[in-house]
Amino acid sequence: MTTLTQTEQSSTTEDLQQEEHADHRMFGLATFLVADGMTFAGFFAAYLTYKAVNPLLPDAIYELELPLPTLNTILLLVSSATFHRAGKALNNNEAKLCQRWLLITASLGIAFLASQMVEYFTLPFGLTDNVYASTFYALTGFHGLHVTLGTIMILIVWWQSRSPNGRVTSKNTFPLEAAELYWHFVDGIWVILFIILYLL
Amino acid sequence: MPKSSAIYIALLIIALLIGGTWIGQNVNLLPIDASTNASIYDELFKVLFSIGTILFLGMVGLVVYSLIRFRRKPGQIDDGIAIEDNLPLEIFWTAVPAIVILFVGLYSYDIYDRMGGMQTLNHDSEHHHQAMLNTQKIWGGIGSGSIESSTQNSMAELPIEVTALQFAFLFHYPQGDIISGELHVPIDQPVSMRLESKDVIHAFWVPEFRIKQDIIPGQPTVLNFTPTKAGRYPIICAELCGPYHGSMRSTVIVEEPKEYNEWFNKNAKEVITES
Amino acid sequence: MTISIPPDKKESIEGLQPKGWFRYFSFSLDHKVIGLQYLVCGFIFYLIGGALASAIRIELTSPISDFMARDIYNQILTLHGTIMIFLWIVPVVNGAFGNYLIPFYVGARDMAFPRLNAIAFWLIPPAGLLLISSYFINGAAQSGWTAYPPLSITSPAAGQLIWILSVLLLGGSSIFGGINFIATILKLRRPGLKLMQLPMYCWAMLGTSILVVLSTPVLAGTLILLSFDIIAHTGFFNPALGGNAVIYQHLFWFYSHPAVYIMVLPAFGLVSEILPVHSRKPLFGYTTMVYSIMAIVLLGFVVWAHHMFTSGTPPWMRLFFTIATSFIAVPTGIKFFNWVATLWGGRISLNSAVLFSCGFIVNFVLGGITGVALAQVPFDIHVHDTYFVVAHFHYIVYGGSVFVIFSSIYHWYPKFTGRMLNESLGKFHFALTFIGFNLCFAPQHWLGLNGMPRRVAEYDPQFTFINQISSIGALIMALSTLPFLWNVFHSAFKGTIAGDNPWLALTPEWLTSSPPPVENWEGPAPLVTKPYGYGKSTASINKATTSSKEVEGS
Ligand code: HEM
Ligand SMILES: [Cu+2]
Ligand SMILES: [Cu+2]
Repeated sequence: MTTLTQTEQSSTTEDLQQEEHADHRMFGLATFLVADGMTFAGFFAAYLTYKAVNPLLPDAIYELELPLPTLNTILLLVSSATFHRAGKALNNNEAKLCQRWLLITASLGIAFLASQMVEYFTLPFGLTDNVYASTFYALTGFHGLHVTLGTIMILIVWWQSRSPNGRVTSKNTFPLEAAELYWHFVDGIWVILFIILYLL
Repeated sequence: MPKSSAIYIALLIIALLIGGTWIGQNVNLLPIDASTNASIYDELFKVLFSIGTILFLGMVGLVVYSLIRFRRKPGQIDDGIAIEDNLPLEIFWTAVPAIVILFVGLYSYDIYDRMGGMQTLNHDSEHHHQAMLNTQKIWGGIGSGSIESSTQNSMAELPIEVTALQFAFLFHYPQGDIISGELHVPIDQPVSMRLESKDVIHAFWVPEFRIKQDIIPGQPTVLNFTPTKAGRYPIICAELCGPYHGSMRSTVIVEEPKEYNEWFNKNAKEVITES
Repeated sequence: MTISIPPDKKESIEGLQPKGWFRYFSFSLDHKVIGLQYLVCGFIFYLIGGALASAIRIELTSPISDFMARDIYNQILTLHGTIMIFLWIVPVVNGAFGNYLIPFYVGARDMAFPRLNAIAFWLIPPAGLLLISSYFINGAAQSGWTAYPPLSITSPAAGQLIWILSVLLLGGSSIFGGINFIATILKLRRPGLKLMQLPMYCWAMLGTSILVVLSTPVLAGTLILLSFDIIAHTGFFNPALGGNAVIYQHLFWFYSHPAVYIMVLPAFGLVSEILPVHSRKPLFGYTTMVYSIMAIVLLGFVVWAHHMFTSGTPPWMRLFFTIATSFIAVPTGIKFFNWVATLWGGRISLNSAVLFSCGFIVNFVLGGITGVALAQVPFDIHVHDTYFVVAHFHYIVYGGSVFVIFSSIYHWYPKFTGRMLNESLGKFHFALTFIGFNLCFAPQHWLGLNGMPRRVAEYDPQFTFINQISSIGALIMALSTLPFLWNVFHSAFKGTIAGDNPWLALTPEWLTSSPPPVENWEGPAPLVTKPYGYGKSTASINKATTSSKEVEGS
């Protein structure tokens, strides 16, 4: 038995704690978002490299108007704040208030998507016109997909928080918190996207 | 450690160093060196081969020795000694490889520079169509003007335009407007090629010249070399380019200036007087 | 953050576990079942990939293209590479051993996210079948595992798109696995167990998972753009439409260089577990080992362009990547010296596991040396895209990772099944594999140096003889699988009973029954703070106990 004396005895209390280990789903989600962020990072890197090495021919159309995307930025930033409010309300056990904030957040998301659509239809270039146009649509489209998913998630959370026996209660805030983290992430990406695509 | 075994180990290390260096310098794994680039390459190869052989034999020796010397004998039931680390030893085997790597890096930088890898490409532009240059960037491969060739040899470079397409190379000599499926070059004549691809990525490789350059569509590239030995050498496409990639080959014919001129004059559309 | 219902409550797991052999075909949540699912599934793909390799080597016994059509050859080549990397080595060194061992090593009953774990595994068989089915539908992809555009855009679209889809699924599986490993190692450690007390394989898997999580998404994004180029005729990577083919290469290698470490870092970890046990010595230089893993991870992100030295990269970039790449050899070297120091002065049992591990050291040293040579721009220019590179990376991925996989199977088979593998057959298997492998790949260095490019179905007749030697080596390698397969099947029923701890090892997976119960330990998980404490107290070999119960009661 000599060698195995290294293996110290473990006390029972410790083991009981271990059986009910903490919830690591938020950690997992955060790691996933890092991965998701790397996809965007790849797209951004490609876009910036195109800018550096493939200068656009003089006659190619590449103009972006600022008003609409600025509005979009504001919409998303406000929605981040309203989502935060929803979370607070849920923690304070104010279900009605929470639902209201969730609906407002979802509407802001939908408004963002609508305004993005308006932008798409008024742009003077199409998907295959040149690499800039293509990267523009790929980036905004991929981001828009994230917003769409986020909006759907918010609506599901809203639906689940309506009945007191639903899944989202002040005792189980995980779905709401997960959706919130995701939503903040999507907002953050938009800000970077806005700077790189529209401002630079 | 007993004195005799220390001497024994020192002798072994010296034998390893000498043996490895000897193998690296004397075992030839390369085809003949037929360009200025190739002889520089072979210098580097010998150094890397020597270092590699010493390292490999040393490591294999250590592993095999340990396995035999420290194998568990029948009936042996105790544990080995519990050494968990040894700081001086660990510093030693971090520092030595780092120094070797640093040396290899600096040395290969020097080699790279001598091959012309660090040269700016502007001096090549005179030979090629100026109009093309203004719109498209030209990227240089290695061997773009070997320093040794351009200093020893003040000869003007022979411009050749190379077009790669599935699955052939075409060589166009602007002077004389010759189009050929084989590359003819006079011995000791610096050549400046402008490579262009019509479809997918190909690569221009002449093993005897130790040069290789990808030919990427949309990215015309300059590649220079100076052949030093007469002969026929294969030109090989080294980048997967489709089903017939394996048969995308041609030949470079390095010949005496006289023979080259004969070939040139026979094929030239407009005869140019030699300068 | 509030704590809510833990995702893996005890009842939920035990209640859902199917019993008996059927559980290996089910959506089991048990990390050990999932680990073995990865292993067996990976091995089946290995056999398929091996059959494809044999077809390639048969074609190359003659200098002309005579065994199969040229486009078929390219399809086989592409399938071979993709299967071996994404369906065999990556899932096995990460998924199989990671899932089986990591929960034991951190003292947990399962992975952090068992359901995600099962999903990650069950993405693999359909993705693999999809990939292979493309060969029978419309022809598989033919642009190599690297899928460089514009070739991948202009070659038949169906096969290429299926290839992309399949690689995306496998990438997703790998990311889910990576998240799970990071969470398990960092968050699920048993109370009292410190990071610097973990077995080395945990560190290797932590480093690998960081690589997976940060680099795989870039590949996914890149392949999505490539599929746009194929389907929607965008021009991201198509110079004919104003795009840039080199950007694809940068993005691709930003993933695929780390991918080579995803294939080999876990193997380093496994060897670090195996050698101390069989030489009865602590792992030498634990701390430097941990730091060198992390150094490899960091450096692994900044060396990718060494695959692009002939792609018209500017001189400064070539120099930077030469230096960065060369320096990876320093932390890698440290690990090798540490292993030799672990063997030194030990009581080495010359069994199949040790032989394969030492075979790995020898092969990998050669692959590492050619790697450092390849990192030198002027050297690489001549041999890039030739059989020299083919030799280099087979020394790494076969001579390295695959040898370690076999070593690990010999080492952990008793734990998996409760029975020993036959040693004589194991040594025979090693001899055949080692000889066949070296006969197959060593001559390829010469082929590359002397003018044989890679990915060709026909070549200069002067290379015929050496190619035939190489093919004979491949034949021996193929044959070496037979004693192994026989051994594995026969020993499962007839092998000597192993007992709980046949190697008298100290890492936690041995301190339970073989095979272990669903929740890993009958009682509380043991706290193993010195997983390599060999030789610390006298005469452990015969006296050490083999049963977990006694450990608990000691
Ligand atoms: C000592 C460390 C290593 C160095 C310095 C190194 C260096 C290189 C270089 C410079 C190349 C490019 C050669 C060319 O295409 O011209 C290369 C190719 C390759 N290496 Fe390594 N390598 C090392 C270790 C590894 C490891 C650990 C693996 C995998 C487990 C690996 C797998 C590969 C593969 C798969 C390729 C070929 C990729 C392809 O073109 O298909 N190498 N290596
Ligand atoms: Cu080709
Ligand atoms: Cu690499």
